[in-house]
Amino acid sequence: MNTYEVDVAVIGGGSAGLAAAIVVKKANLDVLILERDKELGGITLQCIHNGFGLHEFKEELTGPEYIQRFINQAIELDITYKLDTMVVEITTEKVIYAVNNKEGLIEIKPKAIILAMGCRERTRGAINIPGFRPSGIYTAGQAQRFVNIEGYLPGRSYVILGSGDIGMIMARRLTWEGCQVKAVVEIQPYVSGLIRNQVQCLEDYGIPLITSYTVTKIHGKDRVKGVTISKVDRNFDRVIGSEKFIECDTLLLSVGLIPENELTREAGAKISEMGGPVVDNNLETTIEGIFACGNVLQVHDLVDLVSAEAKRAGLNAIDYINNRYDKKFEVPGKIKCKAGENVSYVKPDLINLSDLSKDVIFSFRVKRPDRRLLIQFKDNKNHIIYKKKRRYVIPSEMLEIKLNLSEFKFAPDTKNIKIEVIPRPEALIEED
Amino acid sequence: MIYDVIIIGAGVTGCSIARTLSKYDLSICVLEKEAEIASGTTKANSGVVHAGYAAQREYIKRHLCIKGNKLYSQAAEELNFPFKRIGSFVVAVEDEQIKGLEEERKKGAEDGIPGLELILDKKRIQEMEPNLTEDVVGVLHASTAGIVSPYELTFALADNAATNGVKFFRNQEVVKIKHQDYVFTVRTYQGEFQARNLINAAGLYASRISRMLGLDYFRLMPRKGEYILFDRNAIHLNKILFPIPTKISKGILVCPTLHGNTFAGPNAQNLNDPEDLSTTTAGLKEILVGGRKLVPNLPLRSAIRNFAGLRAVPDTYDFIIDNTDIYGFINVAGILSPGLTATFAIADKIVEFLELLGEELTLKEDYNPYRPKPERFKDFNRQELDKKIQEDPRWGRIICRCETIPEKEIINAIHAPVGSTTVDGIKFRCRPGMGRCQGGFCRPRVIEILSRELNIPYEDITKRGEDTNILVGETKDLALKNLARGVDNE
Repeated sequence: MNTYEVDVAVIGGGSAGLAAAIVVKKANLDVLILERDKELGGITLQCIHNGFGLHEFKEELTGPEYIQRFINQAIELDITYKLDTMVVEITTEKVIYAVNNKEGLIEIKPKAIILAMGCRERTRGAINIPGFRPSGIYTAGQAQRFVNIEGYLPGRSYVILGSGDIGMIMARRLTWEGCQVKAVVEIQPYVSGLIRNQVQCLEDYGIPLITSYTVTKIHGKDRVKGVTISKVDRNFDRVIGSEKFIECDTLLLSVGLIPENELTREAGAKISEMGGPVVDNNLETTIEGIFACGNVLQVHDLVDLVSAEAKRAGLNAIDYINNRYDKKFEVPGKIKCKAGENVSYVKPDLINLSDLSKDVIFSFRVKRPDRRLLIQFKDNKNHIIYKKKRRYVIPSEMLEIKLNLSEFKFAPDTKNIKIEVIPRPEALIEED
Repeated sequence: MIYDVIIIGAGVTGCSIARTLSKYDLSICVLEKEAEIASGTTKANSGVVHAGYAAQREYIKRHLCIKGNKLYSQAAEELNFPFKRIGSFVVAVEDEQIKGLEEERKKGAEDGIPGLELILDKKRIQEMEPNLTEDVVGVLHASTAGIVSPYELTFALADNAATNGVKFFRNQEVVKIKHQDYVFTVRTYQGEFQARNLINAAGLYASRISRMLGLDYFRLMPRKGEYILFDRNAIHLNKILFPIPTKISKGILVCPTLHGNTFAGPNAQNLNDPEDLSTTTAGLKEILVGGRKLVPNLPLRSAIRNFAGLRAVPDTYDFIIDNTDIYGFINVAGILSPGLTATFAIADKIVEFLELLGEELTLKEDYNPYRPKPERFKDFNRQELDKKIQEDPRWGRIICRCETIPEKEIINAIHAPVGSTTVDGIKFRCRPGMGRCQGGFCRPRVIEILSRELNIPYEDITKRGEDTNILVGETKDLALKNLARGVDNE
């Protein structure tokens, strides 16, 4: 069995893993990327539409163009990577076991680990659509792979359930292939992906977006023959009598993404309620020296934001190796960050109090859209320690607030802080 | 050729009969309507091996169940299918239900069921099953009850039967049967098969097969049961949990599976359509409500799949296992619960019937009762794994990430004695697509391997046979590329 000792092992060679590995390598540390697919690049490779790179490179690129720049850089820097290599275990002692078909079982003993495994799509069973189990039901991402990578069409006429970004992008892609997209059906009263995708992928092609509806039955025993959609009320209960039949041979699901954290769990790291690991503001999990970034931590709107987060994880891993690894250090106090009114989750979950001069990036999503708001941070005594006005919020857009911890006035006994997004009091509305 | 025996139907009943008969010097073939074996009732049922106290004494199914349960230990050893005697609870939540449970226990013990115990000590019950409802007042514990993977059992039976000379023909829907000069001629859409004895194990279609020979003496009503399957980390149960049974069914149970998942179900809906495998909103709600009566913290968030199975309910409410008036024609119909438990006892019964019919049953000298355990990546320790990959690198290429299934396991499933040819077949044989992502990542790769190993074009690979195609054609890009390639070749 081959054993490798490296400074940093990066699990996943997609947009997060590559960006993190590049930062680490530039600091002259040994880095090893473990990628389970046959090439580097991850899911971005099948995202052949444009809209990538506006933050990172200040120009608009397709997914493959965007990720190729990172791949090229990794190759120029001579970063070691292993393809077709599946990590099967991370022990609580941070030893990684992986397999591939060239070396068999390999053992990696890193000083630090960066988790960058990405996410997976929600599936039919998880959302419990009744009906038959015919052929012709795919997640949007799976259809994207068939069309963009393998070169095959999974159907001719489609209904897409869920207005997630991949679903809307596939609606346009399939229209280009001469397929018919009958409707995008969304259970919420608003679109769940980015507004720009609603405009550029649906409205520009006259594809109907039907909100407050969901698929309540799948027809067809062998192959999908159609779906029944029904209106839902505020509690998502279907409205009897609102059923409509739509004929189609394929149902695509774009109903959300879930961080892929089986290995994280196995390593013994705590997982937060939203699925990603619990991290502090250094993106360090509850296990010392294991960091997480990209969609394994939280599902991002844009790959550019994944790259940015991954770079931070890389820098923090470097800092860990230089200043904490194998050294005695005082375990700092931590403050918990909680989701308050209209906030579905907050990252980081913990604020590390070792260095109060640091900038912290808070990212979070709202549960429902709203206008004229106030974003407030409160401590456990309900004192407002920070506030900011905001005109409009929607769940599909991740909110990011960068703050220097010195801006907060922490009471010495602060245990937790809460972020809430609330309607602005009348006086403030006047100012708009 | 004229076979000694034709078996119609490759579900657990047909395959179990085939395997038992393969001990003897007989030529046997099995005809299956679907593209894969274990495609009907076998594929979607609770997978419970019952202790045998539940059915009434006047029913043959009670006696075959009690006998069948005992036969499982040896069979599991020979055939290496997943099976565990974890024990079951029938859960009483009201004091007046206790009396009924005690009666069941007494009768069961009299009929030779070991390990039945009425437990009234609430603390002990909760130690044995911490997730059980607080409302419990007592349980009937049956220690011999167990869980089995019904389709894996069926693959094991079929593979072992095939190794012992039984021929399996799939995609053979029977359309007509003739009986002349003591020979049955069975016509399917694909061809014709002849035998001296015909065993009807056609599940939901058994009454149709029987009518083809003019025997119209029983009715089968399809009864649908829906299930919800929960993710592996969702909850962990020690016991099979039954509610107090009603007159028509054992009720909605909550049960662990051998792969670490948990399921709740089935409900019971009587239907006319023997193909209606649809799940319904009302049904799924019923299961959740029913399941939560036993396990209040069943997490709907962790549901990964719902599915429905059909069982054939005979109008007699008992198994129909008959040496019929037509010489050599045996009906094995209406095998609903506890048919899975009884399966080995049913097969032994068929041996008796063939003896009655005057067949000379001589044991084959080279009969091999053993089926080796399918090699699984997950069963290897680190050293074994490393060795395996050195021997065959395909052990090191992981296709299914959720379940950690390497290419080699899929290839083994394709080239098994009664190997799989479809994506669903592969899924049931070795689990790619069974996990959290339900095939999102691995399906294109499974198609690629099937296409390569079976030499079938990529786009012709189906989900589970005819009319269940996965892809409908090429994209413009690929079509152009192929066109260009074609031009180059000329």
